[in-house]
Amino acid sequence: MIQISIPPTLRRFCGDQENVAVAPGTVASAIEQLHDRFNGIRDRLLDPQGNVRGSVLVFVNQEDIRFLQNQQTPLSPGDVVSIIPAFAGG
Amino acid sequence: MSDKQGYMKALKCRECGREYPLTATHVCEFDFGPLEVAYDYERIRKSLSREAICSRPQTMWRYHELLPVAGEPTVGRQVGYTPLVKADRLAKRLGIRELRVKNDAVNYPTLSFKDRVVSVALSRSVELGFKTVACASTGNLANSVAANAAAAGLDAYVFIPSDLEQGKIVNSLVYGANVIGIKGHYDEVNRLCAEIAGKYGWAFVNVNMRPYYAEGSKSMGFEIVEQLGWRIPEHTIIPMASGSLLTKVHKAYQEFIKIGLMGEAKWKMHGAQATGCSPISAAQKAGLDFFKPVKPNTIAKSLAIGTPADGFYALKVMKETGGHSDDVTDDEIREGIRILAEDEGIFAETAGGVTVGVAKKLIASGRIAADSSAVLCITGNGLKTIEAMTGHVGQTRDIRPSLREFEALLAQDKPQLVKG
Repeated sequence: MIQISIPPTLRRFCGDQENVAVAPGTVASAIEQLHDRFNGIRDRLLDPQGNVRGSVLVFVNQEDIRFLQNQQTPLSPGDVVSIIPAFAGG
Repeated sequence: MSDKQGYMKALKCRECGREYPLTATHVCEFDFGPLEVAYDYERIRKSLSREAICSRPQTMWRYHELLPVAGEPTVGRQVGYTPLVKADRLAKRLGIRELRVKNDAVNYPTLSFKDRVVSVALSRSVELGFKTVACASTGNLANSVAANAAAAGLDAYVFIPSDLEQGKIVNSLVYGANVIGIKGHYDEVNRLCAEIAGKYGWAFVNVNMRPYYAEGSKSMGFEIVEQLGWRIPEHTIIPMASGSLLTKVHKAYQEFIKIGLMGEAKWKMHGAQATGCSPISAAQKAGLDFFKPVKPNTIAKSLAIGTPADGFYALKVMKETGGHSDDVTDDEIREGIRILAEDEGIFAETAGGVTVGVAKKLIASGRIAADSSAVLCITGNGLKTIEAMTGHVGQTRDIRPSLREFEALLAQDKPQLVKG
């Protein structure tokens, strides 16, 4: 299974879970599976055109998906997906 | 001023406008948009006049109504009001009529503009009842959180990339802060901190306290206007890491107009980056309104944010004001540091070299007209990034304590000065 790490902001929309397990596939299919279980999540993560919102960062095994294949990035068993808000300066 | 909210009304999503209570939270639940502080400008207009400002102590808190702290500030009460230096020698070298340097290299107490944002973030954290404060940092922020937390009696955890300049590490450790070095880029440090902030409920100044924190940067803009004799500069050149400072100085100019302290004016905001981490300037130069994230590789470590949170907004501000962006190589950064030091006696850190280097390019290309006035924002002190200049500024020449040896040396350099 794939583990999706849910950010604190979204947890109350995901049954207060820190992690949700989904089946392998791609980042896009993982978001769809999350949406099937927790209705409305997709629209919080994706803009109306279906792209990941600019204010959202998605990592697969600690690598930003924009350096991989974006939503087409493949996910194999054991992979970890992290969703977090974009970073402020420091 | 009310006890709980001061002149603040709510936190408001920058994307969809939904409002949230004034707590420690930073993103909209609906679209992950950043939350910003919304103010009651009508009340501020009645309270804040030029006369009122001029009657107050010379710190950033003389603009208190426009900063998101409800009561009197409790942390960093002496911060700000740094010199705005008329830089005639540098102006001549760069070929511009009028140039000033806003010198936050001497900001109190940790020699960077971060003391502005931290004093706001920690004062607000105290108001919200936090005892532990934290940050993800490229160095300057860590120094400022460590120092200001120590002075306020707060427990501090600072998270930094483990390869930072030694000066910045010692400058955090000395205050007794818990300094955690992370083996990775700032972006990776920040990702970890987003997770820690969610789990431990601390006041992370640039994570869950970000709406308050970021507003502190406006004070740099307020001061520039006041110190220029209540005038908004034609051009402001600002280094960009996340892009937040550029958007906030712009907001400061707008707010002074909004509350009636200034008449309508036009100005241009320009952004400076290092070539080794230039997602925003690359997008601006290509005419795009979005950026492609990068993996940083530059000596300007304080600007090394490859996925800048406010990049989109910084691009928008530059476009709206007709400003431009550019980037400079490591050698150009060092040259920028050197000419600022040689011409104005100001030793800036690498981000300052970036700002000077980009100003030079924008003036040379005519994007900033020769017959105009500009302000360069210098955000940190060169003593913190000594490594960047070591081996690039010549070296001492050692002699014995002998007049004869000194005169032999002088005869090599400037024989006309040697007295027979």
